[in-house]
Amino acid sequence: MTAHLPALQVVVPLVAALLCALLRRSALAWGLTLAASWATAAMAALLLLRVLAEGTISYHIGSWEPPWGIEYRIDVLNGLVLLLVAAVGAAIAPYARRSVAAEIAEEKQVWFYTMYLLCLTGLLGIVITGDAFNVFVFMEISSLATYVLIALGRDRRALLSAYQYLIMGTIGATFYVIGIGFLYTMTGTLNIADMAARIGEVQSTRTVLAGTAFLTVGICLKLALFPLHVWLPNAYAYAPSVATAFLAATATKVAIYLLIRIYFSIFGAAFAFEALPITEVFVVLSLAAILGASTVAAFQRNVKRMLAYSSVGQIGYITLGIGLASQLGLTGGIVHIVNHALMKGALFLAMGAVAYRIGSVRLDDMAGIGRRMPLTMASFVVAGLSLIGSPGTVGFVSKWYLALAALERGWWWLVAAILLGSVIALVYIGRVVEAAYFRAPAAAAATATEAPLSLLVPTWVLTAACVWFGIDTELTVGIAARAAAFLLGAGP
Amino acid sequence: MTAETLVLVAVLLPFAGTAPIALLGRWPNLREAATLVTAALLFATVLQVHAAVAEGARPATGAFTLLPGLDLAFAVEPLGMLFALVASGLWIVNSIYSIGYMRANKEPRQTAFYVCFAVALGSAVGVAFSANLFTLFLFYEILTLSTYPLVAHKATPEAQAGGRTYLLLLLGTSIALLLPAIVWTYAIAGTLDFAPGGLLAGRIDGSAVGVLLALFMFGIGKAALMPFHRWLPAAMVAPTPVSALLHAVAVVKAGVFCVVKVVVYVFGIDTLAGNPSASWLPYVAGATILIASLVALRQDNLKRRLAYSTVSQLSYVVLAAAILTPLSAAGAAMHIAAHAVSKITLFFAAGSIYTAAHVTEISQMDGIGRRMPWTMGAFTVGALSLIGLPPFVGFVSKWFILDAAIGAGNSVAVVVLVASTLLNAAYFLPIVYAAFFRSPPAASQGGHDHGHAHGEAPLPIVIALTLTALATTGLFWWPDGALALAIAVGKG
Repeated sequence: MTAHLPALQVVVPLVAALLCALLRRSALAWGLTLAASWATAAMAALLLLRVLAEGTISYHIGSWEPPWGIEYRIDVLNGLVLLLVAAVGAAIAPYARRSVAAEIAEEKQVWFYTMYLLCLTGLLGIVITGDAFNVFVFMEISSLATYVLIALGRDRRALLSAYQYLIMGTIGATFYVIGIGFLYTMTGTLNIADMAARIGEVQSTRTVLAGTAFLTVGICLKLALFPLHVWLPNAYAYAPSVATAFLAATATKVAIYLLIRIYFSIFGAAFAFEALPITEVFVVLSLAAILGASTVAAFQRNVKRMLAYSSVGQIGYITLGIGLASQLGLTGGIVHIVNHALMKGALFLAMGAVAYRIGSVRLDDMAGIGRRMPLTMASFVVAGLSLIGSPGTVGFVSKWYLALAALERGWWWLVAAILLGSVIALVYIGRVVEAAYFRAPAAAAATATEAPLSLLVPTWVLTAACVWFGIDTELTVGIAARAAAFLLGAGP
Repeated sequence: MTAETLVLVAVLLPFAGTAPIALLGRWPNLREAATLVTAALLFATVLQVHAAVAEGARPATGAFTLLPGLDLAFAVEPLGMLFALVASGLWIVNSIYSIGYMRANKEPRQTAFYVCFAVALGSAVGVAFSANLFTLFLFYEILTLSTYPLVAHKATPEAQAGGRTYLLLLLGTSIALLLPAIVWTYAIAGTLDFAPGGLLAGRIDGSAVGVLLALFMFGIGKAALMPFHRWLPAAMVAPTPVSALLHAVAVVKAGVFCVVKVVVYVFGIDTLAGNPSASWLPYVAGATILIASLVALRQDNLKRRLAYSTVSQLSYVVLAAAILTPLSAAGAAMHIAAHAVSKITLFFAAGSIYTAAHVTEISQMDGIGRRMPWTMGAFTVGALSLIGLPPFVGFVSKWFILDAAIGAGNSVAVVVLVASTLLNAAYFLPIVYAAFFRSPPAASQGGHDHGHAHGEAPLPIVIALTLTALATTGLFWWPDGALALAIAVGKG
């Protein structure tokens, strides 16, 4: 049984999704989603433990030997991302019942859970597979499910946002597959490990360079790197609360993982960062994201939109770490994948709880909500502090590593920019705090009561994780540092 | 208990005290009793630590490692001991005062007020006892965050604006300037532990010293060095007990404490004295002293005048530290205590006047000394102490600083000290004169008391301000305990 864990990791949510589609009662569909999410998380934890103890796992689907068959390959990096995605899914699942019931029409709820599970399947598949074309298949599964999830939002603008994302997402996926095609023509393989072994002889050819460009742009569309982020704010703002929290915490993170995988595992740090100007491009674009998108966030009046723009900024921190491509920088970037997932998940869940009670997350409607929903807003404050990077939270840990990595290169201005981003985060989080605690209550907020436990507990689980992993960094930083060392040393 | 355990208890006690305070929120008498008991226990604990420190022990404890190089650890040295004694001792008096003030003025949300106060005091003790820059930074930030709700307490638009300035300037400078300084220090030294003689001694030279010093000095926004002083007048919208204990003692003293700590234990006096690029500090401090005094002259609002006086007095400590001799370091430490007891007396008096007479402007205070002799008597004591006259403690610290300035041949410092003494007299004495020697305005034209006569403020207020006035003169006659610690600071 344990030998087949890698396959089950994807098969369990996939089968659950199919079963879900056959169900009529939304309560049953939710029960199935919950069971599948928790089982997935348990399996991901087991897999990571095995990787940490025994090293990389290679699993051959249908016992076909790679590079002919599809290989599932789990090392420290994707073991960590796998657990992150599954754990966030498991934390959000209990939350879904009430929030979905409040936001989505009864007859569509079953479809929501089906799509949610398919999305989870796709994301886990992208992370676990060792086959570049298989990645594309799972990317399509998760993307198509995501479009539906977004379109299920009750605001009519959700439809338009989903359509916008559909166009951009399809371009991204197409670029990805074109890029893989180019690499395939030159190497004759789709297995990532095999490709890495063969690419050395042909890596300076035009075909491979063009393929790299397609891959970079395609994946950066998916991970919403500035200026390819335009689909994200609306999609996050108008999607159902559960979908927003889940996608913000996982979808972009998986795309970032893919980017790291391609740069470091296929091309190797030496080629990607010395022969190509990836560092320059990424540092510049990341800075634009950190400063630009965060500034835009400070002007939003819809808190979900504000958090969405903040996501674009925070993704900038991760890509900055990738661009720096040093042990410290990569550690900071990878650990921020986890950290940002935790804090953004908590923030969006808190906003989902507010939406559940007052039906809006606009700043004006949220005036005075801090006293009516103290636990929900306390969670928002703590996760918000983490976003700012206050010591004692996960945000501080990431920024500490990124700042050290910048200093290592002697880039002063970069340290300044990293921390300026924190100050801007202080402004936009501060606006929410001020409205929630120190403004006279708005009509909707005046009669609100604290969110029910099933919403509070998941929110606080993620919030507590923001503090826990900000103090006990053994697990997150420890694994991220191992993954960084592995990626930097594993280059051809 | 060993001294090491006592140090941990002292830091944790106020945080633990928040639980009974919050739980007893419905019974104000019990809640205030919980505050007083916590304060008394804290002071007793700090006194016991002092007993050990006075015998030459330097208790150190609690190395919990967050990241390589980032430890949560405490170590007590004389300067921190002095700061902790002052803050915890005055918390008791201030709690008595708060009871009178908050009840008489029917302030809202008193439970939250007392909870935030306890957190602020806990973090002040944390700052005082921190063994390295990281721990210091952690508690420094908690101190800012826990006092923000106190500043915005009244929730009026004015209070919101004040809170915004407060948060933005204090957190902003700490993130944008202090944090880079800490990262830089770590990059140079590989450690953040405070060391006698300076942890950077022998590891840094050239103009980098001046730049790093600037990052530290302006990054420690709580020291209110111009141009980052605006948060202090903005914080005056808070209820007076907050202005008294936090913005005359805990918060601002944490700021100058950090300044002295950085000068003595991070750079080391010798490193700075031998480096011309660091010589700008006395000029900035001197300019702050003079400009803030001039601004104070022009304020009609009593609390704002006191706030600008605080800005000016804080820079006495910075100036003294910047003279860079053992004697001046002792003077700086002594002035932390001297200004604390004097300024809290002045704020107590200002709050007493507001409570009894509902008057905030100096121009409305003619003749008020006859109705409120205790209050204005205490005010006179505080004012004379800050001008630097015997038999009050302000004389002692000023004497040390002046002595050190003359000894070091620092003519700029001497001129600034003399000029500011005149300015202090110019902005304090007219208040005293008007209160005692001008005749009160006729009820018909003055209108401030609406025709009914008022007497002294409630008893707890009078008790509190009498106690601090007695301390102001008591420390002149019996300065041995404080002086011993201050001189030990000078020895490094």
